Amino acid sequence: MCAAPDQAVALPPNTDLNRETVLTGRVLAGGQPVGGAFVRLLDGTGEFTAEVVASASGDFRFFAAPGTWTLRALSRAGNGETVLNAQAPGLHTTEVMVA
Amino acid sequence: MSRQDVLVTAEWAEKNLGTDGIVFLEVDEDTTAYDGGHLPGAVRVNWTTELQDPVRRDIVDSARFAALLSTKGVGNDDTVVLYGGNNNWFAAYAYWQFKLYGHADVKLLDGGRKKWELDGRTLTTDATERPTVTYTAKDADLSIRAFRDEVIAAIDTKNLVDVRSPDEFSGKILAPAHLPQEQSQRPGHIPSAINIPWSKAANEDGTFKSDEDLAKLYGDAGLEEGRATIAYCRIGERSSHTWVVLHELLGHADVKNYDGSWTEYGSLIGVPIELGSGR
Repeated sequence: MCAAPDQAVALPPNTDLNRETVLTGRVLAGGQPVGGAFVRLLDGTGEFTAEVVASASGDFRFFAAPGTWTLRALSRAGNGETVLNAQAPGLHTTEVMVA
Repeated sequence: MSRQDVLVTAEWAEKNLGTDGIVFLEVDEDTTAYDGGHLPGAVRVNWTTELQDPVRRDIVDSARFAALLSTKGVGNDDTVVLYGGNNNWFAAYAYWQFKLYGHADVKLLDGGRKKWELDGRTLTTDATERPTVTYTAKDADLSIRAFRDEVIAAIDTKNLVDVRSPDEFSGKILAPAHLPQEQSQRPGHIPSAINIPWSKAANEDGTFKSDEDLAKLYGDAGLEEGRATIAYCRIGERSSHTWVVLHELLGHADVKNYDGSWTEYGSLIGVPIELGSGR
């Protein structure tokens, strides 16, 4: 392996972005990626939906549904969250700052 | 059972690494997580290849479970401490199997890998070697495992607790949102089930909520304590987490895990399915 996997790009080959709502992003602290952060996907009511561990390059990805989502990251560098409006299927990208 | 019999804290675990008679086992959804660093002395258990039958759709039987633990160097008298990623989902699934096959002393590391990592505690990539032993497993204790016919019979009779996310329960999505959604079975939930997502039982750092909070959570959601309960999710691992809460932490008498869960139920011909947010 010559580089950390970039989850934001490496979607499974059969992913149909006309049908699937994919949320991707990167966890950052002071502009630097935070690898290994715990990223929690919360729905429009704040209800927990799923959680992944960010890659070494700070990238994460969820397969969700259209809606308003909160992405909350927990890490040794601190915690933070951001809101992502994904009103239709497709690829939706964001950044989560932790401090 | 009480909390002290079921859970150990990260502090306790750190102090007891390397103690004779205490074996730490890591069980992750991502079976490569162990390679990136694990608790010093911990042994990996692969849930897909070691806790499930390699041919039939089933968990390992008693003989395979015994052979697995013998190979891993886990004795019948050892205290087993299970932990893993993803808020201990698969560690809880393994815990349920250890109880099913009658292991005397098994515990969960409260918070699992997440709390351990957020605390900044030591992880190592050093290999763990344990000599092979002879482990004897008991016959499966079916008082804690539910099968499909029993689940159908439980509609409107027992507490059915669907621990998936609200969108999976209502039929909006088919799998947790960190997994691709293409699957063949029907969406929805078992009629009369109440939706109490497993995540409501856990704090943000992966530790279990207090007994008081847990009792209120299930009581407020309409779980009748005097009634038998069957918990299910998609493939039986998140419902193991809730099984631990209801049977082990809160001490409810008759609680079963339906490990066939939605991937079995949602593929059965002719069974009733309910859509929407529940009754």
